Amino acid sequence: MSDLPVLEVSGLSVDYVLDRGSVRAVDDVSFTVSRGEFLGIVGESGCGKSTLLFAVAQLLAPPAEVTAGSVTFGGNNLVGLTDGQLSAIRWRDMSVVMQSAMNALNPVKTIGAQFRDAMRAHGKVPDREVADRSAEVLTMVGIDPVHLRSYPHQLSGGMRQRSMIAMALLFTPDLVIMDEPTSALDVVAQRSLMVQIKELQLAFGFAVIFVTHDMSLISHFSDRLMVMYAGQVDEIGATRTIFDRPLHPYTQGLLEAFPSIRGPRVPLKGIPGSPPDLARVPSGCRFRPRCPYAVDKCAEVAPDLYPLEAALVRCVRREDGSLAS
Amino acid sequence: MTAELHSAGLMRAEHLTRHFKIGSALSRRTLHAVDDVNFTIGEREIVALAGESGSGKSTIARVLARIYPPTAGEVYFEGKPLSSMTSRAERLRYSGLVPMVFQDPFASINPVFRVSHGVLRCLKLHRPELSEAQRQEEAARVFEVVGLNPDMLQRFPYELSGGQRQRVGFAQALAMRPRLILADEPVSMLDVSIRIGLLNLMAKLRDEEGVSILYITHDIASARYVADRLIVMYAGQIAETGPIEDVLTHPRHPYTQLLLSAVPDPRAPLAVAAETDRGEPPRVIDPTPGCRFRWRCPLAIDTCAQVTPELAELRPAHSAACHVAQNSPEEVKAFSA
Repeated sequence: MSDLPVLEVSGLSVDYVLDRGSVRAVDDVSFTVSRGEFLGIVGESGCGKSTLLFAVAQLLAPPAEVTAGSVTFGGNNLVGLTDGQLSAIRWRDMSVVMQSAMNALNPVKTIGAQFRDAMRAHGKVPDREVADRSAEVLTMVGIDPVHLRSYPHQLSGGMRQRSMIAMALLFTPDLVIMDEPTSALDVVAQRSLMVQIKELQLAFGFAVIFVTHDMSLISHFSDRLMVMYAGQVDEIGATRTIFDRPLHPYTQGLLEAFPSIRGPRVPLKGIPGSPPDLARVPSGCRFRPRCPYAVDKCAEVAPDLYPLEAALVRCVRREDGSLAS
Repeated sequence: MTAELHSAGLMRAEHLTRHFKIGSALSRRTLHAVDDVNFTIGEREIVALAGESGSGKSTIARVLARIYPPTAGEVYFEGKPLSSMTSRAERLRYSGLVPMVFQDPFASINPVFRVSHGVLRCLKLHRPELSEAQRQEEAARVFEVVGLNPDMLQRFPYELSGGQRQRVGFAQALAMRPRLILADEPVSMLDVSIRIGLLNLMAKLRDEEGVSILYITHDIASARYVADRLIVMYAGQIAETGPIEDVLTHPRHPYTQLLLSAVPDPRAPLAVAAETDRGEPPRVIDPTPGCRFRWRCPLAIDTCAQVTPELAELRPAHSAACHVAQNSPEEVKAFSA
């Protein structure tokens, strides 16, 4: 049982169905998350990372819909389950921490009342037990339980984000999905929240899917990294390996786009151009117009994900298994 | 010494203070957003103003942009106090010489007009001597300087990416022939792969157009990439200031050290740092004397709770407001990276 992955996403595609045709925001994405694993998903805005997350959590609303593939969680394919069937799983086995806690928390209810709602949604729980568990999870994230009586606006940004994480841990979920939970925080609060998430993860053994646009943020925390570009997976592999030896030109570009606070000050170029409009993706490789290594073949064939050692890379230059940079 | 400094500065803030009344009409509580801050910005210089949210860095930019007046203190531009510029002509001249570039490129350009609208309006208002044809020419020139194709002038904002829109923001500022651009988090809403392009543009404006920039950011790494000097704010006061390389290699204020230790560095070996700061930023409502960082500072001594530390030069041109750092000949580390 424990050898089975917590989550298996296979061939997942999500389309935004619009009057003027549909736009594919997530295109044939497959990955697995093992028990207790920390998977980082990085990409720029519009690369489909948030849509993918919403599809995994089955939170998509029209016009977005899953058009292919499956999301297998705990042995069930979540795609096609009814809301009733999903609500038994949501929060108890899988919880979600959203980007903006200020918008995700209810401003007119105390933190404690919101925790109680989440617990009561899964059956009758005595008041005493609700209060004990609420205080326990809040203490776990380093907030004094007196704040159960506080309203969201009375907490700082970091505390709100941490109380969202506490709420996600009310039950003992197998998987916690996080969508840029630290992006509204400054560096010091960001760092302390990341360390805390990692500590909780090690202590309770839940798996994490962490979506961010900031690769450097998760460099020290994730086990595996998945890089997305224009709705597709470009590269997936062990975090350390990707940082040491990025194989896709896009990943290389992303890594070179970060100025460092140590070492020599070197001029950086970033990645020229901007990500494609998903309604008009370029032929062949989607990164081709911005790629310094593009060759004629890149315009002709859409590259597959080629296996290279333990990683997968979507680049024709890697087709023959070449590791040269 | 002071006289020299003053003549060198393009912009100089002296004892700049900005308070806000908070709560109901009868409330006497005051939020000290900026308290007694002194700094200069020189010619052809990028000064980074860094600090966490609520540290007062945006308030400083807004006072410099004359969005609101200071509660106390004075700001001098080209040696002239801002409070003396009262006529419409003087105010207009000042806002052209010291324009602002905003954080959100999606909210700062009017969506119903072509992007040429903003640039041409700036030119019409601030450079009335130009003819219609000269304005078009100048708009095309500034677009080229910021790295946009002049054809883009005819586009609508929704047709541009975030990075392109932010370049339009800089083009608008540049059209007024500014001396100093106030850039409030100009890259924080852009994707990582595009940020570097904008930072390179800021360096180009300094080197080729001779513009100074006040670069407000919470991203120390990007500050190091473009800036010449760094001012670190904490709770409305300057914690540390100096040449950026020197501050980053020899941070003397514990808050600067904490800030540097929190910067994620993918090139460093993978390890979860042992120390974590769980402190919260202070609320600067009716503060009492003493160092505002003392609750989070592992080095705090009794003096810190009684006397507000002042900036003192600890290394050449590099000052920190910390009692402990000022009294120890060697560098003391409260947080290490």
